[in-house]
Amino acid sequence: MSADSAAGTSSASLLRTPLYERHRALGARLVEFSGWEMPVQYSGILDEHRAVRERAGLFDVCHMGEFRVEGDGALDFLQRLVPNNVARLADNQALYSQILRPDGGTLDDLIIYRLGEGRYMVVVNAGTMQKDWAWFSEHAAGADELTLTNVSAETGLIALQGPRALAILQPLTETPLADIAYYHCQPGAVVGIPCIISRTGYTGEDGFELYCAAEQVGVLWDALLDAGKAEGLLPAGLGARDTLRLEAGYCLYGHELTEEITPLEAGLGWTVKLDKGVDFIGRDALVAEKAQGLRRKLVGVELTERGVPRAEYPITQQGQTLGALTSGGMAPTLGKPIGMGYITSGGETTPGASVAIEIRGKPVSAVIAPLPFYKRPRS
Amino acid sequence: MATDDQPANLKFAPTHEWVRLDGEIATIGISHFAQEELGDVVFLDLPWDDAGERAFQAGSHFGDVESVKATSELFAPVSGALVSVNEALRDQPELVNRSPYGDGWMLTLRVSDPAELDKLMDADAYAAFTNESH
Repeated sequence: MSADSAAGTSSASLLRTPLYERHRALGARLVEFSGWEMPVQYSGILDEHRAVRERAGLFDVCHMGEFRVEGDGALDFLQRLVPNNVARLADNQALYSQILRPDGGTLDDLIIYRLGEGRYMVVVNAGTMQKDWAWFSEHAAGADELTLTNVSAETGLIALQGPRALAILQPLTETPLADIAYYHCQPGAVVGIPCIISRTGYTGEDGFELYCAAEQVGVLWDALLDAGKAEGLLPAGLGARDTLRLEAGYCLYGHELTEEITPLEAGLGWTVKLDKGVDFIGRDALVAEKAQGLRRKLVGVELTERGVPRAEYPITQQGQTLGALTSGGMAPTLGKPIGMGYITSGGETTPGASVAIEIRGKPVSAVIAPLPFYKRPRS
Repeated sequence: MATDDQPANLKFAPTHEWVRLDGEIATIGISHFAQEELGDVVFLDLPWDDAGERAFQAGSHFGDVESVKATSELFAPVSGALVSVNEALRDQPELVNRSPYGDGWMLTLRVSDPAELDKLMDADAYAAFTNESH
């Protein structure tokens, strides 16, 4: 047996989150991810995936980066940096956006929280944090009334996700959680630990992300695991995080989004506000792309034969290559082999259309599937 | 030091396949260690329709195992003609996790050179090998 993408081996140079020792004690398998030594699974990816869909899961996402953007110039600065309209945010509201190169390629995708007037927190991916920080700093140079602070190291972040998340968290905080709408947050305390309680996540389920001081995140983690025991809460690793987000059709930076791919191609046009009245970086390129038509388009695919689609496998039609997958796998909740990938302009992208995925040189029948693959039942 | 994890009557390849020889029939699967490393197995690409029609050389690729997180190639630990493929794995790939040395077997081969087994590791040597490589 030889694994082509087996778990990376541990190395002394990898970064560790404040929860590292807890992961070891829980028997997690640790792997390298974006320079961090992170848990890929505890009890098993399928088990953890199911827990999040049916009950709840707890994720360590301390590796994510956080920047504070503050001052009277903060809004103008962010408006110039991202395609979404930061001006529409009320206090304690969040927004998904990207940072783009002038040619429209995506440097990273991120979430911006407005914590107050002229007070924003930007949450970025772990693997791109240094690059993003350099980009933010470069574009902040010379700006008036603007303070940038990289608070990644001192910020702890855990995600409690699943239909039982609210029931597990509510007894631990006085903040009325039902009053926090999706993509909103509230400053509060959980087991006495000051947190930003955010109703966000990356799993397709209801849930919360809790930002707190790094040195307190361990106590918070323990309290949540303990409180969730009766509800069937499991610690969940990056493996389940990936299968959950794939079913939910969320882009993963480095896969569906790269410096070569624009948010329009990635189906994120709903987050791009060309008419927000600010000439944001990459706007001209996106305007031109829209006028000329997209060079490629993100699609979902579902195999109709047996097999497991994976990133980089070609998408073909009658022997002609239309594009390639950027993610893929056996969808645990759906019980089907699914993938996401790009089809170049001119290729078939209509849901239901027949295509093939080339698996180790053999074409396996598939259809274009609408995204997302999975939508949680609304209660 | 044979244990449940490395049964004494098996031989192991450095690529983590095991072989058990009964007469001239070799049964082949992957080790407990391998299935643990892989995690949840969700699909097997085995030479389902080739029994009686195909032979494998020792070290040659005979299939692929798909876990939730990765694809891994499978290699024949000994040479021989393909006798049977474990049909149960078509619908229950999880048997590889649940019973790697029992119901999770993958192939049987009619071995052409039983002496090839001498080149493989016994349970003790394999246990030492996996301790080193892990």
